Amino acid sequence: MRAFTFSRADNPIAATKSVGTFLAGGTTLLDLMKLDVMRPERVIDINGLAHLDEIDTNPHELRLGALARMSTVARHPIVVRDYPVISQSLLLAASAQIRNMATLGGNVLQRTRCSYFRDVGWEACNKRHPGSGCAALDGNNRKHAVLGTSRNCIATYAGDFAQALIALDASVETSGPQGVRRFPFAALHVAPADDPAVETTLHPGELIMAFIVPALPFARRSLYLKIRDRQSYEFALASVAVVLDLDGETSRDVRIALGGVATKPWRASEAENILRNKPLDEAAAHAAAQVAFKGAVTYGANDFKPELGRRTLVRALLEAKALEI
Amino acid sequence: MSPGLSFDMTRRNLLGSSILASMAPTEPASAAGRDSALNIMLEVNGKPHTLQLDPRTTLLDALREHLNLTGTKKGCDHGQCGACTVLVNGERVLSCLILAASVRGHITTIEGLARDGELHPMQQAFLDQDAFQCGYCTPGQILSAVACVREGHAGSDNEIREYMSGNLCRCAAYPNIVAAIKQAAPQTEKT
Repeated sequence: MRAFTFSRADNPIAATKSVGTFLAGGTTLLDLMKLDVMRPERVIDINGLAHLDEIDTNPHELRLGALARMSTVARHPIVVRDYPVISQSLLLAASAQIRNMATLGGNVLQRTRCSYFRDVGWEACNKRHPGSGCAALDGNNRKHAVLGTSRNCIATYAGDFAQALIALDASVETSGPQGVRRFPFAALHVAPADDPAVETTLHPGELIMAFIVPALPFARRSLYLKIRDRQSYEFALASVAVVLDLDGETSRDVRIALGGVATKPWRASEAENILRNKPLDEAAAHAAAQVAFKGAVTYGANDFKPELGRRTLVRALLEAKALEI
Repeated sequence: MSPGLSFDMTRRNLLGSSILASMAPTEPASAAGRDSALNIMLEVNGKPHTLQLDPRTTLLDALREHLNLTGTKKGCDHGQCGACTVLVNGERVLSCLILAASVRGHITTIEGLARDGELHPMQQAFLDQDAFQCGYCTPGQILSAVACVREGHAGSDNEIREYMSGNLCRCAAYPNIVAAIKQAAPQTEKT
């Protein structure tokens, strides 16, 4: 690991005025520093920031502090009861040890698991070296994305919790050199397009403070379905967050986010539009799944992903409908 | 240097003490430069230690190379295998992905589980159930298992398998590990 200077931040204002890389749970940063993929010269430990690990609930919203640990949020009784999709997305990720360490803020900013990004032996990686190319395009791309890709990058967004936030229309609150701002969580991540090294809309020095989830009574009918190579402790090949407002057989409202198949947390808005205010049955679910993946582009080893993604979405929709609330 | 170290001339202690000597104040600077060394306080198994460490030192390396607590194992060193699992404030974490400088709280390693010369019930259960072959993953398995029970995640074989999935065993002693956790669960809940 390369040398760095280490400091501890004791308040958010001071933290964001420092130039450096924030260290929270460390489960992404330390791993990638050991691999020489991330090379921060200054590391700022933000674990001592007060109140940033708090979980607040009120009738209008759920506020999740950015330093709250995955395990704490996953077992919070209000989260489990009112937002099962959040709890499930966290519990189906990583291992018990990592969930005790990793924070929500770090979780949404985790880097891709693309092997060519993680192995500096490969020269071509536009995320590591803008302009160097993408070794995954003609490489082993079985786990790579099929939605939101570009000729510059097909790396999959690896997280799960972000899909829950997208489906719940959550917001993110940040603090930075320009002050505090709040914006839709869906605007945090960007698809690779021309410069895959740019993964978010955060400014330099800007720190995520909290995620705000609006009260949504029908979110009790929500779930996270994750399909992967192993039963546990594995990233998604395809995953779906569904939040369903069911009126008899009809889906009054439905929110769908896809994971494991896209370069960023992916909202399937067109699929939602197909389903809204119509009876939800197997045929409707299949139609929505067709629409969700109609823009998919595959690269050889991941040709199976659109079909796996469609089947995962159909199953998630029908399971959400069948939930006993 | 920390108190309580033995300096028997075994290979392990020889290696360990030479690394410790390189961190003593009179020795030449480490790779990061003397100026960047940090004074770090760690409370391990109830004993406080003050160490002067390069900022890059993980909790795992601090335990093994600076405190000679080599029971905690380095497997993958990337948070994938669970061999380095320790407890911080009673919660299981991966010591390979934590900087020693960022640790907050008391640390329990495999060396700190036994009480008054008596093995912890989970240690005894791993022996009784033959829950290891080579033994390399075992300290991490045992600490993870203690936490798994205390969290209330040892209710069934499937729940144990799910909540122990962060601890890999290359010898595949998994069925025996599940049996050991079931054996020790009632007593572990009281520890």
